[in-house]
Amino acid sequence: MAFVAIADRDHEHALHDPQSFIRKYIWSQDHKVIALQYGFVATSIGLVALTMSILMRLQLGFPDTFHIIAPQDYYQYITMHGMIMVIYLLTALFLGGFGNYLIPLMLGARDMVFPYLNMLSFWFYLLAVLVLVAGFFVPGGPTGAGWTLYPPQAVLPGTPGASWGIICMLASLAIFIVAFTMGGLNYVTTVLQARCRGMTFMRMPLSVWGIFMASILGLLAFPALFVSAIMMALDSLIGTSFFMPAVSSMGEQTVHTGGSPLLFQHLFWFFGHPEVYIVALPAFGIVSDLISTHARRNIFGYRMMVWAILAIGCLSFVVWAHHMYVSGMNPYFGFFFATTTLIIAVPTAIKVYNWVLTIWRGDVHLTVPMLFAIGFIFTFINGGLTGLFLGNVTVDVPLSGTYFVVAHFHMVMGVSPILVVFGAIYHWYPKITGRMFDERLGKFHFWMTFIGAYAIFLPMHYMGILGVPRRYYGYTDAIQFIPPSVHEANEWISISAMLVAATQLVFLYNLIHSYFKGPVADPNPWRATTLEWQTPQTPPKHGNWGKDLPEVHRWAYDYSVPGAPQDFIPQNVPHSEQTPAGREHGVPT
Amino acid sequence: MVIAIALIVLVVATVLFHFLSPWWFTPIASNWNTVDSTVDVTFWVTGVVFVAVNLFLAYCLIRYRHRKGNQAHYEPENKKLEWWLTGITSVGIAAMLAPGLSVWAKFVTVPEDASAVEVLGQQWAWAYRFPGKDGQLGASHANLISVENPFGMDPNDPVGQDDVLIANPQLHLPIDKPVKMLLRAKDVNHQFAVPQFRVKMDMVPGMVTHFWFTPTRTGEFDVLCEQLCGVAHFAMRGRVVVDTQDDFDKWLASQPTFGQTLAATKGDPVAGQALFTACTACHGAKAEGNRELNAPKLSGQADWYLMRQIKSFKSGVRGSNEQDTFAKQMIPFASMLADDTAIRNVVAYIKTLPEVRPPASVVGDPVHGKKLYETCAACHGDTAKGIWATNAPRLSNMSDWYLARQLQHFRDGIRGGHPQDFNGAQMRSMAKVLPDDQAIADVLDYIRTL
Repeated sequence: MAFVAIADRDHEHALHDPQSFIRKYIWSQDHKVIALQYGFVATSIGLVALTMSILMRLQLGFPDTFHIIAPQDYYQYITMHGMIMVIYLLTALFLGGFGNYLIPLMLGARDMVFPYLNMLSFWFYLLAVLVLVAGFFVPGGPTGAGWTLYPPQAVLPGTPGASWGIICMLASLAIFIVAFTMGGLNYVTTVLQARCRGMTFMRMPLSVWGIFMASILGLLAFPALFVSAIMMALDSLIGTSFFMPAVSSMGEQTVHTGGSPLLFQHLFWFFGHPEVYIVALPAFGIVSDLISTHARRNIFGYRMMVWAILAIGCLSFVVWAHHMYVSGMNPYFGFFFATTTLIIAVPTAIKVYNWVLTIWRGDVHLTVPMLFAIGFIFTFINGGLTGLFLGNVTVDVPLSGTYFVVAHFHMVMGVSPILVVFGAIYHWYPKITGRMFDERLGKFHFWMTFIGAYAIFLPMHYMGILGVPRRYYGYTDAIQFIPPSVHEANEWISISAMLVAATQLVFLYNLIHSYFKGPVADPNPWRATTLEWQTPQTPPKHGNWGKDLPEVHRWAYDYSVPGAPQDFIPQNVPHSEQTPAGREHGVPT
Repeated sequence: MVIAIALIVLVVATVLFHFLSPWWFTPIASNWNTVDSTVDVTFWVTGVVFVAVNLFLAYCLIRYRHRKGNQAHYEPENKKLEWWLTGITSVGIAAMLAPGLSVWAKFVTVPEDASAVEVLGQQWAWAYRFPGKDGQLGASHANLISVENPFGMDPNDPVGQDDVLIANPQLHLPIDKPVKMLLRAKDVNHQFAVPQFRVKMDMVPGMVTHFWFTPTRTGEFDVLCEQLCGVAHFAMRGRVVVDTQDDFDKWLASQPTFGQTLAATKGDPVAGQALFTACTACHGAKAEGNRELNAPKLSGQADWYLMRQIKSFKSGVRGSNEQDTFAKQMIPFASMLADDTAIRNVVAYIKTLPEVRPPASVVGDPVHGKKLYETCAACHGDTAKGIWATNAPRLSNMSDWYLARQLQHFRDGIRGGHPQDFNGAQMRSMAKVLPDDQAIADVLDYIRTL
């Protein structure tokens, strides 16, 4: 049978709208409901990680005042905070949340191509979160090996949770990867197969490009973590020696011999570095669309933006050992990995220039989503530039293991993507709920979060240059080179952190309150071009498009086309006198 | 508008912070000035980009903010501009990468005249080994590590006999001589880091890693572990003393070789019994302790710990604090043990004494104490029997009033403040988890149940 595109055999499938509450909201196969389920769980576990960060800041800022957490608690919290934020919050939210919501709507599809698998993906994700949380209730508590889980430490005494806790963590990661694989295959296949008529690759919104590439990265990178998790679990449970050399632990010989701790590090970072881009690429894509929409201007250099996403995605697989310059690997690796790492800065810089150049000569509306997008550009420039320090092997050596690293990765991979998450939530809130959020609260949320986060992380760079080591529960007076000003700064940083954390409650209040009491939103309040704003109903119903699928006639960025009566032309509007063809990619179509 | 002003303010504040904050690299004490200059180059290149791009962004936000009648400029691409920006960026990247790689080429090339020093890391202490006169380090293996052979040296390897063993966290190095640091770890990953030297490297069990540098100024420098290694990671502290060549030679000559430690005789309990008579007046005939005389129970305590404490009293490492009255009293008694053999003998005798259960005198809440003890267990063990590898003495079945006083002293800085008392300093860091006397009583009441 000849291949027929999914969009061309739409009439073959009758839509069976789920009737019961359970089929509609619990065992749902609707990508929009699944997206919200992902979002809800990710936010909940993210709040747990946020709370842990506050407890850690109380310890660091006021070590003699509060005695809430002991050293083992501190190390358990840094581990869980890091892992939750990177995997269970950001990865899940960008791909499971935004990926699920946006891909079918932006591409003019009725749903993901494998709705049942999509549902399973969420339930496995929930199971992974539950197993992770179970770590808090097993003997010894969760693992405190740091989010990098380096062996031999992770499975030997002296580290909290070295017997039960680490197994919960490894099991949870394995389940998460199963969940991600089901979701990721769905996202990739949907992008490849389920685009509506006229939606060529080079007409796809950059949000979809970012999520698409991130899903591919995830499918290629997560298996490295999966096998690492299984091997470490075997080392721990039945005494194999994949990562465990002969050691004398607490003065006693172990059963292990011949394993390689460095092998784990290579596998971990073979996953871990692409993971940075699994989070960053969706953020890059989404922020491109936010900036273009709210600046009322076509994204600048669309083709370059797409190629940059592809280039970053490919390069992200050959830079992993820049996390290991001082790991004890052969130092000659430094030449190769420093070079590849600095090369990746070129496509990344191009993206930054193009965001700024999109605002240049635009008609900038400083809406709440736009504020977050601008905040992202600022924090990402900062975090991206400090990446050039740590990527350059010689510069990395004095800074590795210090607060400079903490400042860098929180700026580039914590604050920046989360600002995009907030911007994106505000941007699509009217579509998702059909109601408008409270703009004043949104602006309050932005200013407190943006300024507060910068106040937290800017001083940390300089602490790191001084040499203040990271992952320290306390700084006893025995470290001579640390002046009292560092301890004072730690107090201020902790106060900022608490203010920023409290502000997130305002954000949640805004989301919940507006859902019930907010004014009914216009179906396309930002006057955007992309398809999700052109649905027959708001919020979109099951199947998204009513009777007929949309058909696309232009790229996603026809803002302020000369001669058009309005400053935007939706993608599904045919060419006409009133709605002239734009110049996609600089050439007339 | 406000956001544009905010961006300008943030850029200005960041630049001011950069120049005005008191935090910068510690004064360098090694040959790696080139590392600092590479960092400087990176700061200039990235600093210019940071200021330029953000100020341009702020300008765009002001100039192109929405006003009635504004229309954005429709311009999907501008090839020329995009290629220019790509080119300039590439030049900037090259300007940072080139010096970085050329310095790295020096880092990977260890000078031929560099002398070797081994650093041995473990949870949570440092030790060092010099190759001795033959210039070669003897063979070692993790499976040979024991309380008598903490370095895991192969006793049958003739090369190792003259290796000089430094079984404490303070290392001396001579000034202006390149040194290749060979790094070994017993148990988990660690990292040997001295901020003033700029260079550092992880230590990985199962392999020997290395880096090199030349100390360029005399002084004392803190050694930090910068690879997470467990609960007491933050308290794993050592020291490097950079000496003149003369001072260094004198120091090295006073350290024992592996051959000498092998030759040391085992303690003789019979000879120790005679020496112990002087101790009985306070500690009791069976070393069961006497609260009235402030003398703790000694029987059942680990021999390596008793030996170390007697030596600490003798050298003033313990008991030099004016407020530590009873430790001061101990100094003249410890000094009655003339040499290491005498110390070994008396400890060997104490080891033969029968175990008795000391009377309980501290009452607390053992349920709360159990929670608190989780921190202590990392070094002292789940059953508080003590672990030689972590330098942690036995706590169970020892005088609780004595432990209470020591915990108070650690907390208040009365014990553990001597610059050579590395274990004491570590205990001071850890004792902070017991903020008040109630917490101390709770944990001791729990230890009594073990």
